[in-house]
Amino acid sequence: MGQPGLQEWGVGDPGAPPEGRRSKLLEPLRGEGVKGVAIAVASTIVVLGLLIYFAIHSPTWADFKQQFLSGAEFRRSFPDVLDAFKRNIFYFLTAEPIILGIALLLAVMRSLRGPVFFPLRLLATIYIDLFRGLPTILVVYMLGFGVPALRIPGFPVSGWFWGWVGLILSYSAYVAEVYRAGIDSIHPSQTAAARALGLSRWQTLQSVVIPQAVRRVVPPLMNDFIALQKDTAVIAIVSGTFPESFLMAQIYQAGDFNFTPILGTALCFLVITIPTTRFTDWQLERQRRRRQAGAAL
Amino acid sequence: MSEALRIDGVHKRFGELEVLKGIDLRVDEHEVVCLIGASGSGKSTLLRCIDLLEPVNAGSVLIRGRDVTAKGIDQNEVRRQVGIVFQSFNLFPHMTVLRNVTLAPTRVLGKGRSDADSDAHTLLARFGLDDKAGEYPDRLSGGQQQRVAIVRALAMEPSVLLLDEITSALDPELVAEVLDVIRELAAQGMTMVIATHEMAFARDVANRVCFLDDGRILEEGPPDRIFSEPTNERTRRFLDRIIAAGRM
Repeated sequence: MGQPGLQEWGVGDPGAPPEGRRSKLLEPLRGEGVKGVAIAVASTIVVLGLLIYFAIHSPTWADFKQQFLSGAEFRRSFPDVLDAFKRNIFYFLTAEPIILGIALLLAVMRSLRGPVFFPLRLLATIYIDLFRGLPTILVVYMLGFGVPALRIPGFPVSGWFWGWVGLILSYSAYVAEVYRAGIDSIHPSQTAAARALGLSRWQTLQSVVIPQAVRRVVPPLMNDFIALQKDTAVIAIVSGTFPESFLMAQIYQAGDFNFTPILGTALCFLVITIPTTRFTDWQLERQRRRRQAGAAL
Repeated sequence: MSEALRIDGVHKRFGELEVLKGIDLRVDEHEVVCLIGASGSGKSTLLRCIDLLEPVNAGSVLIRGRDVTAKGIDQNEVRRQVGIVFQSFNLFPHMTVLRNVTLAPTRVLGKGRSDADSDAHTLLARFGLDDKAGEYPDRLSGGQQQRVAIVRALAMEPSVLLLDEITSALDPELVAEVLDVIRELAAQGMTMVIATHEMAFARDVANRVCFLDDGRILEEGPPDRIFSEPTNERTRRFLDRIIAAGRM
């Protein structure tokens, strides 16, 4: 196994079994029979049981439970935390399509050949270097506090809006690189075939290269999408009077000196991110299976 | 006979390596010219230069009397007139067979979708492929894929068709079906320049055979003469090797 990054691009992993089910948690159990499954179940119960036993009987368990797992605090804070999480959902659902659009534009700009397009190529490269090189939280902070402070007529003054813009700017750079890798992975013979038929450079990119490239990079794009879902929490630092889930939890935590609300936020994120992660894995596996079946995607 | 293609003193370099060292070639309308020679002799490069997929360093390529290597020539417009089929098929894997064939007629010639579709169906039927119109290329055998690639090139109604070792990537039992298509095209008067290692086929289909060696055409003439009494020593040695390998 190893090299998950390479596998994503279909580079490594030449010797995977034909059914392509290597990365599954339960895979090693296949073919072990009833006895194997029984041993797995028994050892799981023993290990988990011991962990829970020692956790509960540790001297700090009572404090821990009070600090992080307070039922009363959860009931008090969770409705508001959950309600605020709608903003997180709104942020990533609206940001994602915009990011996909900007990033594709950047990737195409960067892939253009010929001296005429040098300025576009340069511009795209500078943009990508800049925003890939900056911590997302810094971009969000700078825009979220900085732009409203300028009071430019006609510009929104809410911190969350500029934080949201910061996320879009930052993620567009990452996603552009994913697209570019996809574009670069399309064999030059495809371009040659299209150009030989009389298609222009632009038509070739549009009809032949980009459709194949996008299909190929769906799983890595999904990974960036998951990262974006989580990073909506960064907007907490600039969202002020429009708190998203994490900030809402912080408000409760600061008032009650209890971390349970934060755990509530964590729960909200997990409910969204774990299914997305599973879905991405499923996509990756499907692609691998199709590749092994000889499909060229 | 009128001239379909003329190549005058074409040189092509890749960095330090000079692959074509002054090629002169004239192809008449309805003529079939086969290029033979060892791998690396410049056959493929010559075809790619004719289709402007590679810029030439010196010399010129004239298609129906027009210098297409001159400055200010619309290369896309030239490529519409010249069809090329590659060794590795290069079908578009994300499109059905039908869409592979209609892409260029619709996008480049501006044909309507339904016109292009019916023309494509006619062409596919002519080569026994109409039942594959809705399939994706990865569901087809190599021979079928190559025939689709030929149909795709023909759909642009090229004045010259270039074939670049189109059977080299095929399993032996699939070669015949592709060569039959070319024979049929030759019989119908399609002007073709064919780079090939299939000597029996070249002998059969070509009006003229050119032997390329180290970027030059060393010998050319009717296939019967080239294959039975080559005058050039290198041609003779090349053909001896081919015979020794059981390829002729």
